[in-house]
Amino acid sequence: MIRNLYTRLVLIVIVAALAIWVDASDEIRILNPFNDAVLFVRSVAPRLGLDLQGGLQVLLEADLPEGTPIDADAMETARSIVENRTNALGVSENMIQLAGNNRIVGDFPGAEDTDAILDIIQQTGLLEFVDTGDVRPEEGTILQTDFATGSTNETAPPTDTNGTEPQTVYHTIMTGKDLRSVSVGTDVRGAPAIDFVLSSEGATIFAQHTAANIGKILTITLDKRVVSAPGIEGAIPDGQGQISGSFTAESANALAVQLRYGSLPIPLKVVETRIIGPTLGEDSLQKSLIAGMVGMIIVILFMGIYYRLPGIVADVSILFYAAIAFAIFKYFHFTLTLPGIAGFLLSTGAALDANILIFERLKEELRNGRNLVQAVDQGWTRAWSSIRDSNLATIITSLILYWFGSTFGATIVKGFSLTLALGVGISLFTAIYVTRTLLTVVLRNFKPKDLHAWFGI
Amino acid sequence: MIDILSKRYLYFAFSLLVIIPGLIILGARGLPLSIDFTGGSLLEVQFQGGKSLASAELIPLYEDAGIDDAQVQTTENGTLLIRSSFLSNETRDVILNEMRTQSGGEVIVIRFDSVGPSIGAAVASRAALAVALAALAVIVYITIAFRKVPNAFRYGVCAVIAMIHDVAVVFSVAGFGAMFFDWQIDALFLTALLTVIGFSVQDKVVVFDRIRENSSVLRRLEYETLVNHSIVQTLQRSINTQLMTVEFLLLALALFGGVTLQEFAVILLVGLLSGTYSSIFIAAPILVLWEKQEWRNWFRRGATA
Repeated sequence: MIRNLYTRLVLIVIVAALAIWVDASDEIRILNPFNDAVLFVRSVAPRLGLDLQGGLQVLLEADLPEGTPIDADAMETARSIVENRTNALGVSENMIQLAGNNRIVGDFPGAEDTDAILDIIQQTGLLEFVDTGDVRPEEGTILQTDFATGSTNETAPPTDTNGTEPQTVYHTIMTGKDLRSVSVGTDVRGAPAIDFVLSSEGATIFAQHTAANIGKILTITLDKRVVSAPGIEGAIPDGQGQISGSFTAESANALAVQLRYGSLPIPLKVVETRIIGPTLGEDSLQKSLIAGMVGMIIVILFMGIYYRLPGIVADVSILFYAAIAFAIFKYFHFTLTLPGIAGFLLSTGAALDANILIFERLKEELRNGRNLVQAVDQGWTRAWSSIRDSNLATIITSLILYWFGSTFGATIVKGFSLTLALGVGISLFTAIYVTRTLLTVVLRNFKPKDLHAWFGI
Repeated sequence: MIDILSKRYLYFAFSLLVIIPGLIILGARGLPLSIDFTGGSLLEVQFQGGKSLASAELIPLYEDAGIDDAQVQTTENGTLLIRSSFLSNETRDVILNEMRTQSGGEVIVIRFDSVGPSIGAAVASRAALAVALAALAVIVYITIAFRKVPNAFRYGVCAVIAMIHDVAVVFSVAGFGAMFFDWQIDALFLTALLTVIGFSVQDKVVVFDRIRENSSVLRRLEYETLVNHSIVQTLQRSINTQLMTVEFLLLALALFGGVTLQEFAVILLVGLLSGTYSSIFIAAPILVLWEKQEWRNWFRRGATA
């Protein structure tokens, strides 16, 4: 027997109302009733994945020689730099995430100018401080350094013009990762220059190097191109330095901006690109929506016809389930993808399975001569162990899938497993809590005499 | 009560009949792995306004860009699908510009996928690991869930044997699909496969749960009768859940869901059907076979069936 039946019913109605509210709006807003101040606001506009509205997905991989340990913080910094750069293009809803320990996946749903995005991502902006000994390379020449050689997407010009000898590989002392702040200042002659402050780690390296190499040249390169090659005039112990060269106010400012926002701590290369045209996406969206509707209608009819009264109650609870699931997807900004829709449909199957298990049990108990109240009770109690164990098995597989999807930025696999796992979770709640409460309420107020007609036995 | 279990060797033979031809096709043709696993690129374009380029004109275009393994295929929707080894975004732009010049009209990119070779290999090995992990998780989970039943371990093993059966059926379907419809094994296929594994186990648990319950209530029954009894009791549920709901939903997806989802939906459809079939006709009969240790009779004269 269920206690607090009407409390349960009220709770169900409240949850349903909340879910429908989120489902029906693009933004939810709670106002203070006394002064109309906004207390809470959240956008709940549905997010469509690449496959449903077209767009670009790109997978970037750290371009370092095999076996180089990769610093997780540096990857995170690189991720946020890529995010800042692409946000500057005004693409909305893009998502840049880490995938595994050496990859970054960028999703740009709805992006039309995919080339512009790819260009700006690949502008590596890798700043290096290079020990060139006594050589003072000219501004604009390309230096070979021992940090991450062999990148394919560098802005390097075509290979050496004829007749040049093989280039010396210079040692990189540190990279832009150790740069804490950059600003435009003036040098001793009053010309524009760039002032920089190093992190404490960088300051230590810098202090040691400058102390040991007074009179030598410290060349600064951006993407291997020499920006400036000052001589070391004295030890710089405090981690504050200046890059001076032949800057104009504009070029100094541009370089400072690039150093500030564009110094990727780790070089990245594009290892995977997926572009989906908007027409293909739109077509898929429409077709899968129709498919979902048709499938749902058939299933709802079947449940009603086969299981009669409980079937109709289950139909109500399935609609309830769909409303909650969709509201959760919208509220937490899940991206809806095609496999996501498929996962959702499958979890609907799991939700129905729980109901079917219970109803079959209920009919069995009725056939064994129990009265209606006992049969409903027994149906739930007895079916519970198989519902629990079987759904747990599905959730375990979904989690393994999710793990697989997130290591490779396989957004489709992730979307599928997430909606499946969530759907199965919600379906447990609706079958056990909602269907049961509703059925009990119906049976209290309406006592069917003809079990054959109402329960189909 | 229907006697399902006595014809068990017939079911085994039927399963083999479904599985073996497909696997032979796969063996002969090799796994039709997509660029998701091998690396490579796929460019789908549509010509608008200008002249549509034919395959013979496109391949030299790729060769000029240094890609000599391009294959062109025309789709039902009048678009061209070009598969080749990995294309960088720069090379792709060069090729697209050349296409525009030669066609004299607009070239619309419907889809472009390009996967680096290293990433493909990493995905493939990780996928195999994911499947193996799932199988292991299942054995452990079932052994724990059924720890109060004698020989709990058997239930886990039988579930996994039936699961392997379902995986084999899915691959067999993929073999036929590859032969007749040019299907490929891609990330979506993998998703479908893992789902089949998940639901296959879910289904076994429902049947086993009934055996678990009955074995404490109906102790005096012979094991085979007990299992048969449990199957029959859950039969209605199996049919309703499987055929009426899951298959309806997937059928709708396969029929109306558009090209991208069709292959996925068909694989799931067959795989989930096999999942239900194997709970009744593979997993449960093997439990009985194991209990009776029937392999002792296999090599005696005329002992089968």
